Amino acid sequence: MHENETFLTVSEPSSGVVVISPSADVDMSRSPILRTAIQQSMNPKTSKVIVHLEDVGYMDSSGLATLVEAMRLGKSSNTSLVLSAMSPKVLAIFEIARLDSFFTIVDTLEQA
Amino acid sequence: MKNLSNGVPMIQSRDGPTRPAGDEQEHMDSKAHIQIRLISDPTYLCGVREMVASVARRLGFDDMDCSKISLALDEALCNVIRHGYAKAFDKPIWIGITPLEPEGKSPGGITIVIEDEAKKVDPCKIIGRHLEDIKPGGLGVHIIREVMDHVRYEPRETIGMRLTMSKRVVREENPPRLRDHLPGFARKGDAASKRV
Repeated sequence: MHENETFLTVSEPSSGVVVISPSADVDMSRSPILRTAIQQSMNPKTSKVIVHLEDVGYMDSSGLATLVEAMRLGKSSNTSLVLSAMSPKVLAIFEIARLDSFFTIVDTLEQA
Repeated sequence: MKNLSNGVPMIQSRDGPTRPAGDEQEHMDSKAHIQIRLISDPTYLCGVREMVASVARRLGFDDMDCSKISLALDEALCNVIRHGYAKAFDKPIWIGITPLEPEGKSPGGITIVIEDEAKKVDPCKIIGRHLEDIKPGGLGVHIIREVMDHVRYEPRETIGMRLTMSKRVVREENPPRLRDHLPGFARKGDAASKRV
């Protein structure tokens, strides 16, 4: 099986809440997979999308762009976007791009 | 095998594109300690990132800086693939890595050179966008300039662009030592402390 096929899991722990969990680096080769998963999750039945980043050790600007796009999509569809369990290295790129205050970022999945 | 194109000697390699004679010498500074040639396929970005992070660690950078250096490299390669080659995934990219000599308080650092055969661009037009304008994309150049100490874009002599970027290791004046964090050890010269 190609690694990208197992790159992320999508679950719905409660009604209207979708958790998307990438399991590896989010870079140019994988961010389209994340983008598709987010777009499919953001529908009128979903009130909140959580991108759980616990297993993501690296993200580049294509991943950032995907999340900015998701935030915009969420605003237009009344779906909130929360990022959880971000590592310090991944948080660093949000800080470099001055986007750390643009997103709702929480420490754990439970807090989301 | 050689032929002529507009009077310029051309070399048809067995497994590569036709290129001007002498062009191989132009790729990469031959003094680079590490030279890599890869194709413009994003699949291979992870391998290059890990290699550069690993080398940066051996050159004295801490974990966070290693991660940022590999991020800068990744962004530069993504820009070549996305803008230079318009997402054609079979074009050549060359990467050269050379350590920096100690200078002043810095024990060293790293220089990374990236070359491609994409169209030439006026370096003055390679600028990051304003961060206040929050929108997807356009962050790569900003990230590279933010992370690295020196960044220079220039057209290569024949075809393509060259990006040279470097970063120095910064040492703290009084770096904490492992023993400072261990119970039972006292800082030297601390009269009030004692070994327990």
